[in-house]
Amino acid sequence: MQQTDTAPKPVTMPKLNREAMVNFTVMAILLALPLWASSIGEDYYVNLASLITIFAIAGVGLNFAIGQGGMVSFGHAAFFGIGGYTTGIAAFHSFEETLFMAMPFAVSGTNQMLIIWIVAMVLCGIAALAIGAISLRTEGVYFIMITLAFAQMIYYFAISWPTYGGEDGLSIYLRNELPVVDAENALTFFLICFILLLSAIFVSARLSGSRFGAALGTARMNETRLATSGIDPFPIKLTGFVISAMITGLAGALFAELNGFVGPSMLSWHRSGEIMVFVILGGVGRLYGPVIGAALFVLLETYIGEWTQHWQLLLGLALLGVVLFARGGVMGMIAGRARHD
Amino acid sequence: MTAALIFEQILNGLQFGLTLFLMAAGLTLVFGVMGLINLAHGSLYMVGAFCCAWITQQTGSFWLGLGGGVLGAAAAGALIEMLVIRRLYDRDHLDQVLATFALILIFSEGTRMVFGSMPLYLNIPEALSGTVALPGVEAYPIYRLFIILAALAVAVLLYLLISKTRLGMRIRAGESDREMIAALGVDIKTLYTIVFALGAAIAGLSGTLVGALRSVQVGMGEPVLILAFVVIVIGGIGSIKGALIGSILIGLVDTLGRIFLPIILKVFMENASANSIGAALSSMLIYLMMAGILAVKPKGLFNAAN
Repeated sequence: MQQTDTAPKPVTMPKLNREAMVNFTVMAILLALPLWASSIGEDYYVNLASLITIFAIAGVGLNFAIGQGGMVSFGHAAFFGIGGYTTGIAAFHSFEETLFMAMPFAVSGTNQMLIIWIVAMVLCGIAALAIGAISLRTEGVYFIMITLAFAQMIYYFAISWPTYGGEDGLSIYLRNELPVVDAENALTFFLICFILLLSAIFVSARLSGSRFGAALGTARMNETRLATSGIDPFPIKLTGFVISAMITGLAGALFAELNGFVGPSMLSWHRSGEIMVFVILGGVGRLYGPVIGAALFVLLETYIGEWTQHWQLLLGLALLGVVLFARGGVMGMIAGRARHD
Repeated sequence: MTAALIFEQILNGLQFGLTLFLMAAGLTLVFGVMGLINLAHGSLYMVGAFCCAWITQQTGSFWLGLGGGVLGAAAAGALIEMLVIRRLYDRDHLDQVLATFALILIFSEGTRMVFGSMPLYLNIPEALSGTVALPGVEAYPIYRLFIILAALAVAVLLYLLISKTRLGMRIRAGESDREMIAALGVDIKTLYTIVFALGAAIAGLSGTLVGALRSVQVGMGEPVLILAFVVIVIGGIGSIKGALIGSILIGLVDTLGRIFLPIILKVFMENASANSIGAALSSMLIYLMMAGILAVKPKGLFNAAN
């Protein structure tokens, strides 16, 4: 792992360029389409692009855990939902002008997105710290099942807690506000999501390239080796899990804003599966893979969903085909095997 | 709150736990022998229930339906094993999770296409529909007792099958060293198909038994599947004994928690908030228990590898 950095690798360069070209093309299309749709007044397509972007952020978060850290979390809906509920609850108290809690110190709601994003990410970080601290004591198939079980626990908690809508969920009547720009405007909201997606990808890339990322990657490949080089794998993996959860939590907060609604479905295990689908369809460990995966998912849902209500059958078949026959996802098919750095 | 109420709730918890055991046994068997995590196990549970409901509607006989449900689930299991699951044994867990997640989507949507979204209802057969007086309980449904007995019978049969028969010997051999038993001339492919179909048949039985108690609908297997995961994580993956003890533990804690937690909380706080906090807390109870057990024993109570 360390030795590859010194010598140039002329053989792999063209493939690397191809992936970079694919990345650039995908992002350019994702940016251009809503700009064009907005110019002809079709806000529907702008919102569709926002949805793709938000799902992609959630996927980038999970991809960091799976692709970099090898932690196959089947419970990322928990963080997606916590992000969403943070937005919903903050907006609810702001709208009703009530306090979230009075003891031991007063906390009121807010309609400021910047504050909500930070609170959502911090809460997701805390939840991931607790879930990760227990789940990461185990590995492999145990880890998958335990993360799934904890997400389910939060799901049932949301359903049986009547204050914030229980099974019916919670409506956000007015979209929360940002300083200077008008977040109510569909195109502006898309651009905000797009910038956050770029930031998430940037953070993920920088972390992967850092000493921490190298340690996390080694923890994925060979924990014993990491331990013998003097680094305890547990805190490294826990940190990676927390960062991954925080990114997915931000996506949840944006998803709630886009829909003007939060409900327990954001926390359901189907959602965890879907976030995983974004990652796999695009290609595990590929930085821009989740963007492709989310785009395919949303387009399949929208256009095949228009044609037949049984679109999930086709999604299932497509997913099965990708897993069985096209390892490496769409990015693997277009840009060849992942470069191993 | 009387001793009779507690006794009745313990029976209910036992019944719930044993239906979970039927799910968990198949999951843990498949994981132990083939190293496969199968999310579509809940779909096999659903297939069993739908086959049973359909055959019962057509023939009017619950017993034919029950047999059809078990056979239908076993057939569906053997089919997906040969078409899909077989290709996943050598893959990592991520691929297994995704492929079986895809199977869930296919099964759920396929069932919806055939039977529609409306739930089907399955009537309890007349012979089992009454109630019976037990010591301390005036009227306990016979059908629930039947479920308890049927599940216990399956547990005993499974134990005998695995510890006393030639097939069981091969299954155990496959658990410890699959290459060796293939080298000794055992047809490992067929063995895997049989094990998978066996797990599917037990899941189908669970689905038919519970289907008559509740309604038969798309998605009915998924909550049970996740609880079965909790069971085998607590019990230790690959251990059938662990699955039995884990499922009874979960059944009792969940059932008793839902009844008694709000009552206990009322001692400390007013009624309304005791009810809502009690409901929220008791729905989380088994997961908290799982967390507690894993904090002490990360590989479950009866890890088969030990």
